[in-house]
Amino acid sequence: MSERDVVLEAHGLARTYHMGEVDVHALRGVDLLLRQGEMVALLGPSGSGKSTLLNLLGGLDVPTAGTLRYRDQRLDGANETLLTRYRRRHVGFVFQFYNLIPSLTARENVALVTEIADDPLAPEEALGLVGLSDRMDHFPSQMSGGQQQRVAIARAIAKRPELLLCDEPTGALDITTGKVVLEAIDRVNRELGTTTCIITHNAAIGDMADRVLTLADGQVVKERANARRAAPAEIAW
Amino acid sequence: MTTLDRKLLRDLWRLRGQSIAIALMVGCAVAAYVGSLSTFRSLKESQSRYYEQYRFADAFASMNRAPEEVAARLLDLPGVSEIDTRVSAMASLEVEGVAEPATALIVSIPDGRQPRLNRVYLREGRMPDPDRPWEVLVHEAFAKANRMHPGDTLPAVIRGHRHLLHVTGIGLAPDFVYAVRPGDLMPDDRRFAILWAQRRALGVAMDLDGAFNQVALRLSPEVPEKQVLAAVDRILEPYGCPGSGGRDTNISHRFLSDEIRQLKSMAVILPGIFLGVAAFLLNVVMTRLVGTQREQIGTMKALGIADRTIGWHYAQLVGTIVAAGLVLGVGLGAWTGIGWTRLYAEFYRMPVWAYRLEPDVLVSAVAISAVAGGLGVLSAVRRAVSLPPAEAMRPPSPPVYRRSLAERLGLVRLLTPAGRMILRNLSRRPARTLLSALGIGFAVAILVAGAFSFDAVDAMMANQFGRAQRDDVTVTFTESSSPEALQALRRMPGVRIAEGFRSVPVTFRAGHRQYVTAITGLPPDSQLRSVTDRDGRPVAVPRDGVLLTKALADRLGLKPGDLVEAAVMEGHRPRWTLPVTGVADELLGSQGWMSLPALSRLLDDGGTLSGASLRVDPEAREGLYEELRRMPRVAGVTVLKMMRKAFDDLMAKFMLGSAAVLVGFASLMAAGVVYNAARVSLAERERELASLRVLGFSRAEVSSILLGELAIQVALALPIGCLVGWGFAWLTAFGFDNDLYRLAVVIRPATFAWSCLTVVVVALVVALAVRRRVDRLDLVSVLKTRE
Repeated sequence: MSERDVVLEAHGLARTYHMGEVDVHALRGVDLLLRQGEMVALLGPSGSGKSTLLNLLGGLDVPTAGTLRYRDQRLDGANETLLTRYRRRHVGFVFQFYNLIPSLTARENVALVTEIADDPLAPEEALGLVGLSDRMDHFPSQMSGGQQQRVAIARAIAKRPELLLCDEPTGALDITTGKVVLEAIDRVNRELGTTTCIITHNAAIGDMADRVLTLADGQVVKERANARRAAPAEIAW
Repeated sequence: MTTLDRKLLRDLWRLRGQSIAIALMVGCAVAAYVGSLSTFRSLKESQSRYYEQYRFADAFASMNRAPEEVAARLLDLPGVSEIDTRVSAMASLEVEGVAEPATALIVSIPDGRQPRLNRVYLREGRMPDPDRPWEVLVHEAFAKANRMHPGDTLPAVIRGHRHLLHVTGIGLAPDFVYAVRPGDLMPDDRRFAILWAQRRALGVAMDLDGAFNQVALRLSPEVPEKQVLAAVDRILEPYGCPGSGGRDTNISHRFLSDEIRQLKSMAVILPGIFLGVAAFLLNVVMTRLVGTQREQIGTMKALGIADRTIGWHYAQLVGTIVAAGLVLGVGLGAWTGIGWTRLYAEFYRMPVWAYRLEPDVLVSAVAISAVAGGLGVLSAVRRAVSLPPAEAMRPPSPPVYRRSLAERLGLVRLLTPAGRMILRNLSRRPARTLLSALGIGFAVAILVAGAFSFDAVDAMMANQFGRAQRDDVTVTFTESSSPEALQALRRMPGVRIAEGFRSVPVTFRAGHRQYVTAITGLPPDSQLRSVTDRDGRPVAVPRDGVLLTKALADRLGLKPGDLVEAAVMEGHRPRWTLPVTGVADELLGSQGWMSLPALSRLLDDGGTLSGASLRVDPEAREGLYEELRRMPRVAGVTVLKMMRKAFDDLMAKFMLGSAAVLVGFASLMAAGVVYNAARVSLAERERELASLRVLGFSRAEVSSILLGELAIQVALALPIGCLVGWGFAWLTAFGFDNDLYRLAVVIRPATFAWSCLTVVVVALVVALAVRRRVDRLDLVSVLKTRE
């Protein structure tokens, strides 16, 4: 596995937030490598810094300290234009709360991205991949949580990103729906070869990944490689 | 159509209530602006067209009697291109159904043809037949007020002789746009007529056969007017001409020009205020509206959509709303403008009028709205896109709440938890609370400013007719008369008090500044007339020297203690140097006042009088009017009550028409402001309120939090609005200041109350609408997408 290309490389990554009157040290020096096509799970209790790490990896935020490199490109200290271009070309996001635009249908939410991408999938194709061909003209308010999350996945992968970042994709879903969503992610990872990083506080989900990193208190405290990736259907929680 | 365009359309649809309210607000402001400004321009244009087509003279002179040969000498003067001589006479009329004495100003037209200058526009009927000497044309104002038509007859007494006038036509002329009895302020169409009679008949009746007593001149531009008029004066002086003058000395022209000038200040100030308020509100509302889309902006950023694209997206959102407002405003403005122009044209009896909506008016309206909307978007979007997307997608970090002073004092223990939430929410963001209150306050303020003109004119009239003039009837003499005329009036039945006054036309000069007006001498301790200031307080007329209207003193750069030169324009034309012994801040006119004995002493003419003010027994009126009609020296009789009534009718028809439209616009704007304030608050607080519902608060409790905030904002807004409205009224009054009249900043408590009440009612209606929305909050969907 180590011979595969390194897509993302981080060293000593740190991030501090000023929330109201307190400083929150969300991340305190994280080292990380993501290789082409692998699926990595980030585990940890809430407040461990998982989301912060994902936001930094996805160019949604900039680190307070440390280096971050996407292939040959430095992302730490990058300006907004560069980060926008990085997100637009290379990164697909799936959020815990879907973050669909409420005034757009499923197809249109995906089209929002395909219109600005270089070599996108057709919105219909992307929605087909997540099993929503029959829900394309529904508005978010007309779909269940799992369906909304699958639209979000379709939206994330429609531009054929190199990197798919999922922040608690099943966090707001029940187990059955959650499995459907995980299957969609697994399928995208296998069929399109998209490097995937899933954040979860649910240790069972780690079984479907190649590698599992455990975070606590803003640091990576444990790393484990799975000999075999479990199919989403086998996972139970 | 891109997906973002689709989002734009759907967002507009979703926000339709607010969008319509904002568009309406912008539309009303633009309509007021476009309507007033285009009316002003159209009237100016109509005036000059009318003057050109009906050959309004450039200069005028009156004299006692000049032989017709003098006309040729005048025409020979360099700078005079055309002249027209005529005979003018005052006459008393017997009008069917009018008890009070009616008077007429009769001017001659050449037998059988139109005059060269100041031509008559024939509205109805035909020109008089030269073979029938007493065929006349009647001014439309009088004809309409008395329902006269061609074929009617009108008995008139000219120089003591009764003639039966035969009306052949109804006419209008540029020198009588505003048909007002000499010396009066307001038209009294029932009792005052302009008539056009044929030159030969009128000349014989006035003992002016082969002579004239008025001349109108057209000047060519190459010689300065002043120089020409000086030459005219030299020729006419021996014939008893008190001095010629330009168009400014034509009272009709002066009224019309002043009115147009006022309209300009109206057109700029009030709509300017409206537009400014709309711009401010647009900015506030848009900032908050875009603010509620913070998470969507974050998501779009996360998806890699460039800031520029997002900014443009919101600019389009605002642009569409503003554009809709503009289209509405321009349409409504043009419609109002046409209506106003027609109303004014009718009021001024201008047969020639044209409405024009010039591009620069539109361009400036578009520019102001675009800038206002653009600024709103810019600040809102900049704030949203400047956040890293990860942060933008999260709700804003919990705001810092502190215990307010009231809480630390323990007062809050008296409040319910809901009360505490309201208090903390408002005090957490004092700037926003104040801004919202200011926005709603502006709604109150524009209502106050719009309705203020009613109060101000009312106060002016109350001041003039209640305090300055306390007589029932004002009599003016044909020419200055000896004090015996006053004695004769005193002996008439029903006259309780009769006081004479003397009015002398003068040119005031101070340094290089000059002003043509009159000095009026009032008897000391007059019971019927006094000089009053802006607030209606009497100002004593000094025993010596001259008391000047403040506007006139300012214009001449004078203050009490200075000397002013007064050149009398009649009789022996003396020149006096008078000490300015006082300044009165009068609302009406620009004139000088002196004590009657002092003025008579200076004139040295045996105490002649120009007229008299009478206090009359109500029962004896009819008989008195009959007597006055028979008194040859009486040129005009003004019944104050009738004048006041004529004015009130005019106000009802005219001012109400235009000001009511402005007040209507202001009300709509007020509704828009309050509605938006409430809706945006709801959008910002949806989750919080839904959480409370989940915790078991009832619908009433939850809406009381939101509506309680609105109520407190409205309560704050009312005093702010009244204060700002007073400021706006002051600005408007300041813009109104001119030679003829000024507005006092008088706002009746009822106006404040009415303005506040309107906003409160609007707020209540809005509150009900918002309450319905709170009731329908979808708890699950609001909460499930949130931590």
